[in-house]
Amino acid sequence: MQKVYTKIESISGNVITVNAEGVKNGDLAMVSSREGISLANIIKLKGKVVSLQVFAGGRGISTGDEVRFLDRPMKISFSENLLGRIFDGSGNPRDLGPVLDENLIEIGGPSVNPAKRIVPKNMIRTGIPMIDIFNTLVESQKLPIFSVSGEPYNELLARIAMQAEVDLIILGGMGLKFDDYLYFKEELESSGAMNRAIFFVHTASDPTVECLLVPDISLAVAEQFALQGKKVLVLLTDMTNFADSLKEIAITMDQVPSNRGYPGDLYSSLASRYEKAVDFEGAGSVTILAVTTMPGDDVTHPVPDNTGYITEGQYYLRNGRIEPFGSLSRLKQQVNKSTRDDHRSLMDGMIKLYASYKESLEKKSMGFQMSDWDDKLLNFGEKFELEMMELSVNIPLEKALDLGWQILSECFAPEETGLKTDLVMKYWPELNKEDK
Amino acid sequence: MNTGKIVGINGNMATVEFSGNISQNEVGYIVLDEKRLKAEVIRVTGNSAALQVFEMTNGIGVGDVVEFTGEQLSVDLGPGLLSQVYDGLQNPLADLAEKCGFFLQRGIYMNAIPDKKWEFTPKVKKGDIVQPAYTLGVVPEGIFQHRIMVPFGFAQEDFTVKMILPKGLYSAYDEIAVLTDPRGVDHSVTMIFTWPIKKPIRNYEERLKPVEPMTTKVRIVDTFLPVALGGTFCIPGPFGAGKTVLQQITSKNADVDIVIIAACGERAGEVVDTLIEFPELTDPRTGKSLMERTIIICNTSSMPVAAREASVYTAVTMAEYYRQMGLNVLLLADSTSRWAQAMREMSGRLEEIPGDEAFPAYLESTIASFYERAGLVRLYDGSTGSVTIGGTVSPAGGNFEEPVTQATLKVVGAFHGLSRERSDARKYPAINPLESWTKYKGIIEKGKTDLARHILFRGEEVNQMMKVVGEEGTSLDDYIIFQKSEFLDSVYLQQDSFDLIDGSVSIERQKYIFNVMYEILKAKFSLSTKQEARSFFNQLRQTFIDWNSFSWESDSFKQTEESLMNKVKAKLRIEK
Ligand SMILES: Nc1ncnc2c1ncn2[C@@H]1O[C@H](COP(=O)(O)OP(=O)(O)O)[C@@H](O)[C@H]1O
Ligand SMILES: [Mg+2]
Repeated sequence: MQKVYTKIESISGNVITVNAEGVKNGDLAMVSSREGISLANIIKLKGKVVSLQVFAGGRGISTGDEVRFLDRPMKISFSENLLGRIFDGSGNPRDLGPVLDENLIEIGGPSVNPAKRIVPKNMIRTGIPMIDIFNTLVESQKLPIFSVSGEPYNELLARIAMQAEVDLIILGGMGLKFDDYLYFKEELESSGAMNRAIFFVHTASDPTVECLLVPDISLAVAEQFALQGKKVLVLLTDMTNFADSLKEIAITMDQVPSNRGYPGDLYSSLASRYEKAVDFEGAGSVTILAVTTMPGDDVTHPVPDNTGYITEGQYYLRNGRIEPFGSLSRLKQQVNKSTRDDHRSLMDGMIKLYASYKESLEKKSMGFQMSDWDDKLLNFGEKFELEMMELSVNIPLEKALDLGWQILSECFAPEETGLKTDLVMKYWPELNKEDK
Repeated sequence: MNTGKIVGINGNMATVEFSGNISQNEVGYIVLDEKRLKAEVIRVTGNSAALQVFEMTNGIGVGDVVEFTGEQLSVDLGPGLLSQVYDGLQNPLADLAEKCGFFLQRGIYMNAIPDKKWEFTPKVKKGDIVQPAYTLGVVPEGIFQHRIMVPFGFAQEDFTVKMILPKGLYSAYDEIAVLTDPRGVDHSVTMIFTWPIKKPIRNYEERLKPVEPMTTKVRIVDTFLPVALGGTFCIPGPFGAGKTVLQQITSKNADVDIVIIAACGERAGEVVDTLIEFPELTDPRTGKSLMERTIIICNTSSMPVAAREASVYTAVTMAEYYRQMGLNVLLLADSTSRWAQAMREMSGRLEEIPGDEAFPAYLESTIASFYERAGLVRLYDGSTGSVTIGGTVSPAGGNFEEPVTQATLKVVGAFHGLSRERSDARKYPAINPLESWTKYKGIIEKGKTDLARHILFRGEEVNQMMKVVGEEGTSLDDYIIFQKSEFLDSVYLQQDSFDLIDGSVSIERQKYIFNVMYEILKAKFSLSTKQEARSFFNQLRQTFIDWNSFSWESDSFKQTEESLMNKVKAKLRIEK
């Protein structure tokens, strides 16, 4: 069977077609052009016409270039030797270390049997009240930070990663600014965490298609380590760049777009990556923290919108703070029942009051007279923003809960809070003092 | 056997050239090394067919062989379906896990119905005349008498019972009867038969109008937005608004015989909640574990998309099957949008002319015919059974104007629309009480709920007004209406689903506390300032919330009620 072809039939964007026989859907090929050698994979077969997406992009490819079919799908080396190493989106070293080719594993492998999943139960403590109290992060959760560009999302990502007690951190960078790449590297090096980290980084200046491989490679490696018993935290930043690469390929392939140019299978493509987050019974776990930048600060944009439907909540970062509205941890109820008995009620109660505060604020901005009640809410809202929401606050959950009661008692009478009487009796600071 | 050859692969669509006859929705297997990958014919043109492949298609090449089965995509029906967890094609996930470990492997298909022995009691005798769907005998499945019926696919004609086994213990796969058709041909019958999932089961006398409420123990639903047994409802809402939680509560509390959960293209983790929790929970109606009345069809978001499309049909076919036994079945599908998207993906690959947001032109009729499979029916033996269908909808951008929500709203009997504002403010369940509607009758006299709705409506009006003229520009009477509506909202419409007591409220209790609520809403209070009104309602709210948290008719419940009534009485204005 012929494996090498020297006639490329069409070149469109990053997709080329070759007339070939005996090749398999999904398999790899090597394309040699004057730009160098690049991998490509088969994305469509139609009779003899084979469509391939070229990882290094279509630029500079000529119709007479050589395409060599490799007869195998994309794989990545997996071993302890990955630790501390930095690779690009195709798995080639970006540092000075050696190329790794032992123990190749499949990427984009099958999904976990839902019957083998277990209910997540371990809280990941971050010291950030907006997370620990209101949107608790849980081991094996998949959760993105929704953010407009310019917000310190990578800093937040790095901070959570450093504070979280995990065995391994895998950074998957997609369209990462070079400075941000260096930032992550320095943060991990300076804290001594680099030797338990692995980077797969596609930077903004690398070919688009390579960006598509980053989540699959990162998650395949994470999954293997998790099967070996490691608690792995995968950071994926920025998934909007990943989605944009999907869009680019879809348009090149003449697919009918469903929404603002994105392909109809955007949801499934994102889900198959995020669903790799898992807690293996009797082994380790994969937790995914991602970044999804929102073009034009619009949550209804297809990328954040589809992401929100897939992930187990999101942290909505705005003006340097995690917003109570829009932020959500869907797994919080798995863990907050066993933290402290006031956790759930306080969490909902404070947010309800914060919502009322926002209404009063609106009335005030329209120049209406403020009632006593409005004044109380305004007082509360300001305290809440300053003492709870600021990202600089770094206290353990229990302290944060106490602080919550403190703020409430400084602003309201107990029955104004809508909290159950038995909790008020137990935690309301003044009532407690009288007791003692 | 009819075979064909692969000539193209595009995502999960295979193009196949064949000779001979094949039919629409016929199952074919793509032969790949030692594996056989299941696929379904979805379009035939000339001697070329498009197949949707229920597995990942990597590794398939042009020239690979496809074996056609001559059979439509079907499920197995028989005793042993209850408490199982299946994928979209009815593979039992627990058995797959035992065989393959942590990960799903493609090309592995297993028997849906366990080879288990059942205590069979015949209901017919030799020489009796029967027709499709007539009961031949029964076996006890959990708390139900599972009817072993003449296969629904048999021709609609008289069969003579030639042989029927006596009472005894038999495997589901044993021959239990032989039936002779009018032409004298014998047909062997076991406890199991198959049925094509895309074809509704219609072996009943007539369809009836759904009237009896299907209660859920969720106050806002049972009192204000009820659903009837045999009816349909939908829950559209943006992500995070509480669709799944609402369905989970309903699957626990619904007053029906059997619940079928179709986890269609959403998170696997959410199914696990149910999987782990249900065996531990007891069904108050039966005292048995909830799992014994439940079937889960689980084709979550990272599982093959084509099987997701099939999964809702797999689920509804099983629902119809149990309806044939005179049972009330509830089917919950989360989310129907993922099913619609699966259709969209396939339609795109078939290069059909796209409609709105690239959904296919037949979206609306497909959604309508799916919900049409719900219904209350009178069976041949005079008993009734029902299938109630509730589907969540996940509209892009949370905008209800999109095609799937709109197509669904046209066909369902109740609309429980979730709102982002309410979920942001943690007002759960975040059903918007003003926008949502129902065509069914509930547990409380309509006149009374109408008054409550009116107050909600007026309260919202006043609230909007206040945003224009401020509190100072609002009359005291209006302000009191606003306070009443807020009160109704926070202690009655809102309900803490994770609270042991408040999470599920019996119908008896709902009627009782609604009457108290009704009296408060109707009452005229002597309150002289807005400040006084606000603090009065704050106190009522506090007491009512405490009241909600005590178990029904306990001492604390009674004490709190008294304290609530005293507070109310203290401010009641006595009309002269
Ligand atoms: N009835 C409820 N009571 C309390 N919390 C709720 C309720 N409904 C939703 N929530 C909260 O909102 C989160 C998201 O709900 P979910 O049902 O998963 O949303 P959706 O399915 O609409 O995306 C839940 O994880 C829970 O924290
Ligand atoms: Mg959901």
